[in-house]
Amino acid sequence: MSGPEPTSAKLVGTLTLAGLLSGLVLVGVFQATKPLIAANRAAAMQAAVTRVVPGAVQAASYERVGDKVQPSKVEVGAASDKPMAYAGLDKDGRVLGFAIPAEGPGFMDTIRLLYGYVPGKGTVIGMEVLDSRETPGLGDKIIKDADFVGNFKQLDSKPEIVGKKKGTKSKPNEIDFITGATISSKAVVKILNGSTAQWAQPLTTAAPPAGGKP
Amino acid sequence: MSQDNGPSPWTVLAAGLWRENPIFALVIGLCPTMAVTNTVTNALVMGVATLVVLVGSSTLVSALRKVTPGPVRITIYIIIIATFVSAVDWALAALLPAAHKQLGAFISLIVVNCIILGRAEAFAARNAVWPAVLDALGMSLGFTLAMLMISAPREILGSGTLLGHPLFGPRFEPWVIMVLPPGGFLTMATELAILAWWRQRLAARRAPAEAT
Amino acid sequence: MDDLVWIFANASVINNFTLAYFLGLCPFFGVTNRIETAFRLGLANLFVLVITSLSATLLDRYVLVHAPYLQLISYIVVIAGTVQFVEMAIKKLSPALFRALGIFLPLITTNCAILGLALFQSSKGYGLVQGLVYATGAGAGLTLAMVIMAGLREEIELAPISKLLRGVALNFFVAGVLSLAFMGFAGLFAKG
Repeated sequence: MSGPEPTSAKLVGTLTLAGLLSGLVLVGVFQATKPLIAANRAAAMQAAVTRVVPGAVQAASYERVGDKVQPSKVEVGAASDKPMAYAGLDKDGRVLGFAIPAEGPGFMDTIRLLYGYVPGKGTVIGMEVLDSRETPGLGDKIIKDADFVGNFKQLDSKPEIVGKKKGTKSKPNEIDFITGATISSKAVVKILNGSTAQWAQPLTTAAPPAGGKP
Repeated sequence: MSQDNGPSPWTVLAAGLWRENPIFALVIGLCPTMAVTNTVTNALVMGVATLVVLVGSSTLVSALRKVTPGPVRITIYIIIIATFVSAVDWALAALLPAAHKQLGAFISLIVVNCIILGRAEAFAARNAVWPAVLDALGMSLGFTLAMLMISAPREILGSGTLLGHPLFGPRFEPWVIMVLPPGGFLTMATELAILAWWRQRLAARRAPAEAT
Repeated sequence: MDDLVWIFANASVINNFTLAYFLGLCPFFGVTNRIETAFRLGLANLFVLVITSLSATLLDRYVLVHAPYLQLISYIVVIAGTVQFVEMAIKKLSPALFRALGIFLPLITTNCAILGLALFQSSKGYGLVQGLVYATGAGAGLTLAMVIMAGLREEIELAPISKLLRGVALNFFVAGVLSLAFMGFAGLFAKG
C-alpha cells in the first residue's frame, strides 16, 4: 500500500488474476458439491411424493405445456420454467396419483405445499406443506395438526374444496378448519382450489411414464 | 495495533471475544444476528459458517497484503470473501441440507456482513498472517457467542426447547413472540440495556478508586 | 394482477425488509435521526433496489443460466458497479438530485437489503415485472420503516427517559415495537 502509484496495467492484471483464481476455486467447489446438492433435493422431493401419494415408492417428473401434461426430462425436485407435477409410481411403475407442488399467499408469507391428486376422480389423497413461515404454535398447525392434515387423505375436490368450522364437516368435499389458525387453513384451501382448477383437465391427458404400465 | 511487536496473541484473540465484540460493543453485523437467532442450532451453524469465511478471508488478505495494489484492494477483498461464502454455501447445501434450508439466503448474505470486510480492511491488511488468524478467530467466536446469547433466551422462551430438546412439561405455553421478528429486536434491546447498566456499574466502581 | 398486488404488499408491509427480515438495519439505526434524511435515504434505496432487480433479472437470464456458480460474485460486482455508474450519471444529468441522494449512494452498496433483494427474487423465481414490483415494494417498505423510526426518534429525543436506556438499546426497543405493529399486516391477502 506504499511505494510508487501502481500503473493501470498492473491494477487490471491483478484484478484479472484474482478473478481467474476465484473462478477456478468456484468452479471446483461447485462441481464437487453439485451432485450432492442435486441428490439431496431429489431425495427430499421423492420422499415428499411418496408421503402425499400413499403406496407410491418412487416419483417421475411431468410438466404442463398448454393444456397437456407430458413426461419431463427435468429431474425430480429440480427447478424448471414449466409447471411441474410428479407421478407417484408403485413398484411395478403404475401411476397411483400425481403429487403437485402449489403455492399462494398465507398468513405471514407464501405457503408452498405438495398435494397428492388422482386425476379423473378429482380426489385429493394427501397434502404436505413444504415451506411456510406461518406463526409458530398457531398457523404452523397446518403442518403439524394431525386432524387438519388428515382432512386431505380422501377429499373430493369437485366442484371445489370447502372449509368448515372445526367438527362441522359433512360432505366429501369439506374439511375442518383449525381453531386459531383459520386464515392459514383458508389459505391452504385457496391454494388447493386454484391449483386443482389448473391441473384437473390437463392431467387426464398424461401418458404413463416410459416403461411403465397404465 | 499495527506495530511489529504488537499486542500479545491472547489480547488479540480476547479483544474480539468481549471488549471489541462485534455485536455488543461495535453493534455491527446485525442482519444475520437477528434473522437466524430464533433457534440455537441456527445460530451455531451461522457462527461456524461465519468463522470459516472470516478466518479464510483474513488469512488470504493478510498473506497477499504486500502484493495487493492499494486502489483495487477493496474489490480484491470482496472477490476473496464472495468466493469463500459461495463455497461455504454449497458445502452446507451438500452436507447439511436441513440447516441450509433453515438459513436460506442468510448464508449468502455473509458477504455483506460488515464484520468480514471490516476486519479485512482494519486488521488483516495491516498485520502478519498469524495475528490476522487470531483476530479473525476472536471476532468470529465473539460473534458466535453473541448470537448464542441472543438465541438461547429466544428459543427457550419462544419454543420451550434448547437445541430442539423440550425443556418444560407440556403445560408450558411458549412465548411465541420471542421466535418472531419482534422477539429478536426486544431480546437484543434487553441485553444491550443490561450491558449498559453493567458497564456503568463498573465505571462507577473504578472512578473512586482512580481518584484516590 | 392479484399476484403483483400480493408481491407488493408482501415486500412492503407484511414482510417488511427491515422489520421482518432484518435487512438494511445499518441505515435503519444509523441515519434515522431526522425524518428528512431518512426519507431521502429511503428513496435512494428504492432507486437502487429497482435497478438491482433489473440487473439481477438480466444476469439470471443471460449469464447465470450458463454459469450458476457465479451468482453471488456477479451480483455483488454488478451491484457495486451499477451504483457507481448511476452515481456518475446522476451527477452529470441532475446535480440537484445528486445533492439530494449523492452522499447516500455509495453507502447503499454495502446495504444487505440490496443483495438480499437480488437473492430472494431469484430464489422465488420472479420474472422481470414481478421483480420490479418486488423491488418497488421492498424500497417503499424500507422508506416507510425508516421514516416512522425517524419520526419516533425525533419525539423520543424530548422525552424524559433513563440515561441507561438511551442510545442503542432504546432504538432496539422502538424497532421491536414497530416490528410488532407491522405484524398486524399479516393475513392481509389470505382471506379467501
